[in-house]
Amino acid sequence: MASAFIVRKNQYYDSLFLMGVNKRLLDQPGVTQSAVLMGSEANKQLLADIGFNLSALGSAGPNDLVVAVVGENQKVLDTTLDRFDEILNAGASEHPKSNLRTLPDGLQVKPKANLAVISIPGEYAAREARKALEANLHVFLFSDNVSIEEELDLKKLAFPKGLLVMGPDCGTSLIGGKGIGFANAVRRGKIGALGPSGTGLQEFTCQVHQAGQGISHAIGTGSHDLSDAIGGLTTFAAMDALEADPSTSVIVVISKPPGPKTLEKLIKRFESCKKHVVACFLGINPEILENRSGFHLAATIDDAVRLSLQILGVDEKPGSGERLDQVLKKECVGQSKEQVYLRGLFAGGTFCYQSQQILKMAGLEVFSNAPFEKQFSLSHPEKSRGHCVVDMGDDFYTRGKPHPMIDGTWRKQRILSEARDPSVAVILLDFILGYNSSLDPAGDLLEAIIEAKKIVSDRGGYLSVVASICGTDGDPQDLVLQSKMLEDAGVILFNSNARAVSFCVDLINTKENK
Amino acid sequence: MENNIEKLINEPLVAINLGLPGFAKSLEEQEVEVVQVDWRPPAGGDQEMIDILDDLL
Repeated sequence: MASAFIVRKNQYYDSLFLMGVNKRLLDQPGVTQSAVLMGSEANKQLLADIGFNLSALGSAGPNDLVVAVVGENQKVLDTTLDRFDEILNAGASEHPKSNLRTLPDGLQVKPKANLAVISIPGEYAAREARKALEANLHVFLFSDNVSIEEELDLKKLAFPKGLLVMGPDCGTSLIGGKGIGFANAVRRGKIGALGPSGTGLQEFTCQVHQAGQGISHAIGTGSHDLSDAIGGLTTFAAMDALEADPSTSVIVVISKPPGPKTLEKLIKRFESCKKHVVACFLGINPEILENRSGFHLAATIDDAVRLSLQILGVDEKPGSGERLDQVLKKECVGQSKEQVYLRGLFAGGTFCYQSQQILKMAGLEVFSNAPFEKQFSLSHPEKSRGHCVVDMGDDFYTRGKPHPMIDGTWRKQRILSEARDPSVAVILLDFILGYNSSLDPAGDLLEAIIEAKKIVSDRGGYLSVVASICGTDGDPQDLVLQSKMLEDAGVILFNSNARAVSFCVDLINTKENK
Repeated sequence: MENNIEKLINEPLVAINLGLPGFAKSLEEQEVEVVQVDWRPPAGGDQEMIDILDDLL
């Protein structure tokens, strides 16, 4: 094996673009490993962690492009690096150019701007968000790796100005029907939603749309907002706005359990709210909320949808239980005795979390890299054990690599490795459509699903693949086609994670009782 | 306290997008007025220099 670096001074690209370049570089014949990134300290550490010798990098800095390649021999490296401009430019045409470099540049072009959408490396993000707030802009802060102290400072700066800070680490919002970040095309209606759970908000808004209703606004708060350190500053500001908004009739909060002090304040706020409030605190101990009134408590995202529709006087259409029973019986045929375990591989963190809650309620012990309870932590994210669910959007998988919502590479590999484990009976997946997600999430995993089923059937067994799909008929991907592709490959598909998990529970129980 | 948030949710969005161009593209597709800023680290990413610049401006 041979390795080489090139450093391009003052050539800056965003991380998502460079991940695409890296993918093309890895496709070159004889290349076994590569990294294409900006020379920030964090990225240099990442290169060192994956075994590159940093001494060759010299003084590369955050504005310098670094290309690191490992190949079968020196000739492979020479050929690949000679072609690097071609590989780089193959994606550049998809990357719209702008001559603007700073927030003030942007403000000169759009002096009436009311929102800054910020998705730059975390170490610089708070600085730019502060500037945006000082210019009286609301902020959607997608960047993560912003410290709690910086987050608190930003939110304290925003509060007296009556400005909203969605984030940091905010994946989605729908403001006036317009999706920001990872969001779905959802019709407008009377339900307002808010919370830190990005994919939770996405599934909630999609289900409301599918039920024929709509969303007034859905406000992402960022993943730490309901911690006691931040105290729900964005949540309270968003609640005030939704309460005052004449188009909103019901307010729904979707979150993991808030910090205890913040939860107490939040419940008091629910009690004083003039509108109906539905609270979905995934995984909360219901005893904590016993004898509390003034809001409707939902155990799952599905439950939050049902309660919101009920408040609006709309009945949800019941599903076909009979048809599901038939599918269940069919799925159990052909599985071998050794096949006993469920393996969930998720792009959506909220889905991984909610799955654990439902599996626990069903009496199953389930392990995870993002465990519901610490004693069920996997020793390593790549080492499955018993029934287990893996959040593949976790830092372990996304450090320097694209998120599974936009790239299926890691999940494909994991699907195949789970299929090679003779104890696996069911693989549970999620597919998330919408703006900025992969344009073909089903296609990304399809070959791996077909191959996984074949691996198990060649061994004399049968592999069930169960999945949820989160999307609407207005999304850039074709929901009908995406669903059909999966169903044609033998995937048992639901439009909700909770229903997909419940089906898996039935599958496991039916098998156990056989 | 003035309430700009109520204004935000009742008026058309006009956005400045710093970073991932896909975010600007998806807003454009939804007919949101947006401008893309191809942001890059100030002062070559030198934190000390950034602090000095912030103090000066």
